[in-house]
This record gives sequence, C-alpha cells and structure tokens, in this order.
Amino acid sequence: MFDFLEGYDVLGAFWMTVKLTVFSAVGSLIWGTLLAAMRVSPVPLMRGFGTAYVNIVRNIPLTVIIVFSSLGLADIFGVTLGAKDDFDVLGFRLAVLSLVAYTAAFVCESIRSGINTVPLGQAEAARAIGLNFSQTLRLIVLPQAFRSVIGPLANVLIALTKNTTVAAAIGVAEAATLMKDMIENEAQTLAIGAVFALGFVILTLPTGLILGWLAKRLAVKR
Amino acid sequence: MSSVLYDTPGPRAKRRNVLLSVVFFALLLLLAWWIWQTMDDKGQLAGALWKPFVEADAWTTYLLPGLSNTLKAAALAMVIALPLGAFFGIARLSDHRWVRGPAAVVVEFFRAIPVLLLMLFANELYARYTDVTSEDRPFYAVVTGLVLYNASVLAEVVRAGILSLPRGQTEAAKAIGLRKGQTMTSILLPQAVTAMLPAIVSQLVVIVKDTALGGVMIGYGELLNSRSTLAANYANVVPSFIVVAAIYIVLNFALTTFASWLEARLRRSKRGTGAVLGADKVDDVNAAEVGGTYGTGAGGGAI
Repeated sequence: MFDFLEGYDVLGAFWMTVKLTVFSAVGSLIWGTLLAAMRVSPVPLMRGFGTAYVNIVRNIPLTVIIVFSSLGLADIFGVTLGAKDDFDVLGFRLAVLSLVAYTAAFVCESIRSGINTVPLGQAEAARAIGLNFSQTLRLIVLPQAFRSVIGPLANVLIALTKNTTVAAAIGVAEAATLMKDMIENEAQTLAIGAVFALGFVILTLPTGLILGWLAKRLAVKR
Repeated sequence: MSSVLYDTPGPRAKRRNVLLSVVFFALLLLLAWWIWQTMDDKGQLAGALWKPFVEADAWTTYLLPGLSNTLKAAALAMVIALPLGAFFGIARLSDHRWVRGPAAVVVEFFRAIPVLLLMLFANELYARYTDVTSEDRPFYAVVTGLVLYNASVLAEVVRAGILSLPRGQTEAAKAIGLRKGQTMTSILLPQAVTAMLPAIVSQLVVIVKDTALGGVMIGYGELLNSRSTLAANYANVVPSFIVVAAIYIVLNFALTTFASWLEARLRRSKRGTGAVLGADKVDDVNAAEVGGTYGTGAGGGAI
C-alpha cells in the first residue's frame, strides 16, 4: 500500500525540516531577544532601529526574503556564508539566515509584550536597589518576561516549523520540496498529501502540547 | 520619554547614551557603506537599472498586473474563508459533541499544515481530477490553499469573538425566549463580527504575504512572480526586489494601521459591549495552537 514511498527519502526530508527549524529557532531567539532589548533601551537610536526593523521585516513576505537571499544576497552580493561550492549547504545556510531574520521580528514582539506583563513594581524595586538598565533587564525583568511568553513563543516556534517549507522556493531538500517532486511523479496524490500532512501534525502537535504544559507550569503566579 | 526600566538619565548616563548612539550609528553606517559599495561593485546602482521604475512601462506591464493578481487572490480567499470560518467556529461552540468534535479536528488539522503543502496538493488535485485550464489552475490552487488554512484560522477568531462577549448577552436572549439559533444569528454573531473586525483585517496581511508563495512555487502570476519576469527583462535583480518589497511594506503597513485604528475606535466606542479582538489574537491563533494555551500568554507574535 505504501510502495509509492519507495525510492524517496521522506524521513531525510523531514529531518531537513527539523534541522532548519532548530537552527532558525536558536538564531531567532538570540537575535529576537537582542532586538527586544534594543526596543526598550535608553538609547533612542537603538529603539528606532528596533522599531524600524520589526515593522519592515514583519510586512515583507518570507518568500520574498528567502528568494532574495538566493538571487540577491548569494548571486549578486556574493555572500556565500563559507559554502562557496556546495550548493546544498549554501541553500541551507541562506534559508536559516532568512528564517532567523524574519522570525526574530516576531520573537522580539512576543518578548516585548512579555516585558509589559512584568509588574511595574519589579523594575522600580530593581532601580531602587541601584541596578542599572542592563542589570534590571537581565536579572529582574527578562527572566520573568521569558516565563510568561513561553506560550506565545511556542506559537512562533510552530509557525517557524511550518514556515521552513518556504525554503522549497530556493530548492532546499526539505519536506515541501520532496512533496512537490513526489506528487508530480506518483499517482497516489491523496496518500502522498496525507503522509506529508501527518508529518507536520507529528512535528507541531508535541511542540504545542509540551510547551503549552511548560507555559502553565512556569508561568509566574500573580 | 521615560521608562520604568531606567532612571531619567543624569549627566553620566547621558554621556554614555551619546557614546552608545555614536557607536551604534557608526556600525549602521558601516553596514550601509558595505551594501552601497557591493551594489556599486556589481553595477546594481547604475541609473539604467532603476530607470524602468520611474517610467510607466514597467508598472503597467509587470508590477500593477502582479499586484492586482495578489489582491485578487487575497480578497477572494478572504471572502470565501470568512463564511466557512464562521461555520466551523460556530460548530466548535455547539452543544452537541458530535458536531463540536469533528469541527475541532478539521480546524486543528488545517492549522497544523503549512499553507504551501495545501497549495501544492490543491494544484495537483485540480490537474488530475478537474478540467480547469492550466492557465487558471495556479489561481485556483492558491485560493484553495489560502481558503483552507485561513478558514480554520478565522474559525478560531470567530470562536474567540463569540466567547469574548459578556455572558449576560446569552442570558438575556434566553430570558426573552429566543432559541439557540436565534440567539446566535441575532444577538451573538452581529456583536462578534464587530469585535472581530480588527482581527480580520490583520489576517488579510497574512493572506497577502502567503500569496507570494503561490507565485514562486506554482507559478501564479502575482507580484513576486511578475518581479522575476521584470528582472529578466531589465536585468535589475536587486532594484526589482527593493521595489517589490517596498510595495508589500506599504500595502501591509496600511492594512496594519487600519486594523489598529479600527481596534482603537471600537475600544473607545460607547455602544456595544466593548469586546474587541485585536491583532494579538490573530498572532495567537495563526500558529496552530494545538496545546490549547488560550489566554495564558500576553498576546503572541506568530506569522
């Protein structure tokens, strides 16, 4: 019944999806946190940069960013990210770079809304005992903010998992690329669709359940 | 502007902030200089490459038809997805388990699948089992993919919209003897739709952004797709990307601004129950919230 799977590396394709997700998630968490710190910082120029970045990146389709990373950044600007000759590695790295640049804007907004949930008294108390801005942010506000944004960040992570399919636009060998290939060459359209749909349900369902449980457990009780 | 995170700067903090500004500005300048230099090296700044965009030809042949296709697909997808979403949203609130259950499964299933897979699948389905011409097929496939995904997102928006209304509304409707269907159609739904308006406009941004996927992957002639024909004609890859990105930014920024204006207006208005679903809700719902973390977060930020 499943003989149409023969000759195709479905698991390998989903492994690529997982790798794209993990690398982009780590990268966008770091870059998004930095952006959020910029957006609440005392330096007006940094605040302006953070706001401009988020508003610009959020309003461009991810597809435009990923296609540009290949046709513009790699082909014309000559950014090869240390993978000049290996086309597959280059595609992967460009996809991760684009996903990080795009997802970070959403991570930043989540964290910023988390910062807003931390009661004023916390930051005021921190200032009263003489902590400066970066100490207040690192030691008092962000740890509490992170705990309250696990839910929203889980949503961003799930959206990121689904967005890795856009990497198919520059030919990264992940799930959507393989599905396009299979669905055009094999007769079992419905079965192929079901296999790939199931793959994504398997990837996103546990993420939502585990992180949802964690969000409830770790939320600061107020 | 002052914030609770830091004191009003004194002389030392002021000096440090100025220093940080200068350093940061220098870094930004360096980046800008590198971009400018590389573009210059690769000849992307040549006036000839930018000239098409101030002439009518590039706009009337490529960009405007592309933009109109983008808007056409987005608008049609929204118009079809809205009633479908309302149907599933209301079904999820049903008193009967055998209605609630299947509706929940359908909604959660389509929210968990990337919209690209839905488009690819629809494209192949139309190719094999219908006689839609190959010119029309990408349009059908894009709209189908967008409808399936966004109907399930809007179902959650509708459900949240109805749940956001005060209980008193249902109770009052029951007290004057309305049946369940009447309560829904004449009391709850009209108020919920008003509360949902900002969320629906925000969802349009997501739809507009997703049309670009159809352009690249199944050849629908939308804005990003027409960019590549344009760039092939004038050999201006970087300028064309910048112009197209600017169009998307202006369009989506206008929609976002309109949504927040609507939200603020509804919050201010004295009529109604004051229940409003803002853009935050859309972010929450969009990311296949399988864990059921409703209301635990502080308004998420999904895609």
